[in-house]
Amino acid sequence: MPAILEVKDLVKHYGDLVAVKGISFTIQEGEIFSLLGPNGAGKTTTISMLSTLYAPTSGDAVIGGHSISRQPMAVRNLIGVVPQDLALYEDLTARENLSFWGQMYGLSGKELSVRIDEVLEQIGLSDRAKQRVKTYSGGMKRRVNIGVGLLHKPRLLFMDEPTVGIDPQSRRAILDSVKELNRQGMTVLYTTHYMEEAEELSDRVGIIDHGGLIALGTQAELTKQVGEMETLILHIDENEDPERLAAAIRRVKGVKRADVSDHTVTVIVPEAEEALAPAVARANELGIKIRSVDMREPNLEAVFLHLTGRALRD
Amino acid sequence: MKKAFLIGWKDLTLAFRDRAALIFMLAAPFALTLGMGLVTGRFSGNTGSTGVGDIPIVIIDQDGGQLAQTLVEVLQSEELSDLLEPSLGDDLAAAQAAIEADEIAAALVIPAGFTDSIIPHDGQTAPSETVQLALYSNPTRPTSVGVVRTILDGFLSQVEVNRVGAEVIITRLIATGRLQPQEAAGFAQTLAVENAAAGGQPSAISLNSVTASGEEVEFDILAILAPGMALMFLMFTASNGGRSLLIERNHGTLPRLLVSPTGTAQVLAGKTIGIYLTGVAQMLILILGTTLLFQVQWGNMAGVLLLVLASVFGAVGWGLFITAIARTPGQVAAVGSALMLTFGILGGTFINTNNMPAWYRWLTRITPNAWGVDGFTTLALGGRLADILEPLLALVVMGLVLFGVAMLLFNRRGLTQK
Repeated sequence: MPAILEVKDLVKHYGDLVAVKGISFTIQEGEIFSLLGPNGAGKTTTISMLSTLYAPTSGDAVIGGHSISRQPMAVRNLIGVVPQDLALYEDLTARENLSFWGQMYGLSGKELSVRIDEVLEQIGLSDRAKQRVKTYSGGMKRRVNIGVGLLHKPRLLFMDEPTVGIDPQSRRAILDSVKELNRQGMTVLYTTHYMEEAEELSDRVGIIDHGGLIALGTQAELTKQVGEMETLILHIDENEDPERLAAAIRRVKGVKRADVSDHTVTVIVPEAEEALAPAVARANELGIKIRSVDMREPNLEAVFLHLTGRALRD
Repeated sequence: MKKAFLIGWKDLTLAFRDRAALIFMLAAPFALTLGMGLVTGRFSGNTGSTGVGDIPIVIIDQDGGQLAQTLVEVLQSEELSDLLEPSLGDDLAAAQAAIEADEIAAALVIPAGFTDSIIPHDGQTAPSETVQLALYSNPTRPTSVGVVRTILDGFLSQVEVNRVGAEVIITRLIATGRLQPQEAAGFAQTLAVENAAAGGQPSAISLNSVTASGEEVEFDILAILAPGMALMFLMFTASNGGRSLLIERNHGTLPRLLVSPTGTAQVLAGKTIGIYLTGVAQMLILILGTTLLFQVQWGNMAGVLLLVLASVFGAVGWGLFITAIARTPGQVAAVGSALMLTFGILGGTFINTNNMPAWYRWLTRITPNAWGVDGFTTLALGGRLADILEPLLALVVMGLVLFGVAMLLFNRRGLTQK
């Protein structure tokens, strides 16, 4: 498969702030590539540069043979963008929104009409197409937001955290539609801070933190970085001190690391089940009440924790 | 260009679906026009107060003939005493200096030979070469000048009607043998003198004037109030339209437009077209509405249409300029509202600016309202297209300058930068 996107040492400064620190990666045609990272990691800034909204401070990217810096208009014809926040005209109907945006992408006449019908069918809103968007639920608005990005059948679709703030049912529908689009041949660059979404969708994942790409590969390749380690997560009461508990657990045999975030202690161990009893015993000794416990097999969360010392949600 | 029009049309659609905006764009100016009409007695039949009065003019009669005297009597008549404050003079240079010093609104020079050019000499049936009146105007008082010009137009139209009428009568009398050709000259002079006297009756020439085409124009106080209100709320539409650019930036639709194959220039042109179309639609609805509901006589339709197009252009320039210097939609709304009221007051929506000091009247010239009100008033008083060229030009220049500055500022800052 040829590369549809080649990112070369892309940098973005906002005054003294370095939002993106020289990231490089490629995406093959037909791939779903996820950029996984916490809020503020630089995901949206990266997509903004790749979609030609912001000019990079240095570096470049080539999409379908066109440079984002030198041939932005050619790039825009190849890409579709689903922004993180809803970008719709709420006083227009879904059909009017799709019609307007379709025309902005050069569609017109019968072709536009056919594509609007297809997209409305795809996002499941054919029967409510003549109602104003402001009357829709959050999930329905999200679906129209995605539909706008699909109208002109882009070769490369950028989806910037499309499931933020919606109900589980709509989230499921969006994830299924991303997979369906990919099955139809569309290449997708998907950003998220939800590990589960990256795991479910992606052929490859890039982990981004503080503006830098800190890991890149398939899930199997990435989880290898933390070996066969499992994750034990202890949730404690809000008035307890997680640092005291983490310090005590670090002395338990076999524990590789124990990190604190909010009211949670995350423990990396070869066998989570074996570490549970001594960890609870330490908590009892300190008089710290544990509210709940999660145990996870090697995953991207563990990779992120391993690489940064922080949980993804931090 | 197609995309720019699509963006503009989308904005027009959104503007007319926004109930809050509709209240300011249409309901408020209608209601205020109605209220002002009630206050001024327009709906109770009292049309005595026009808001324009005591216009100081100097008359220099270098002719001294019958027709010149009649014209002077008309301008000094009791019927026009509330409107005009005429004084006689004989020094053109002094009159020009008075205009320069903004002491008078206009100076009328009746040149020697004026009467003879219209009333035939002994032994003549056709008038000699026409000698024209000269009206020296004070450019800072266009409304007052428009009133004087309209009165003069009315007088001259009446004289012309009488002259042509006399020719027809004499021709018919000769053709029917009731008048011998050698008697025609004497008869013509008698008829002309009588007609001139009749034409000079104050009742024949008043603010209920006659246009050049002979159409009667009923002057109406609402013809000043309605444009003033419409223009004031046009400023709301212009600033609200500019504000929509910043709202689109915050709501993400502007960045989305900018990552589609649509250039920045197309987006800006589209937004400008949107504000412009909305403003034009608002003005035309208000004009149509006040015509149908309040029977306001707006005057020459071509002139009204051109003035609407030019006024909206000037207002859109201000709307874009405010948007270019503001950082947030809230700032545009605040500055826009302040400007709407300030321009409304300065531009003559609430008070007659003709009696204000010269510096005040000079200040009003920065507002599209003042130029627009002048133009609409001139048209309502029976003025023609040629009479509103100055406000038309001023509004277009104002729009172009502000548009240029706004584009420079947008270009410097970028559309997506806060």
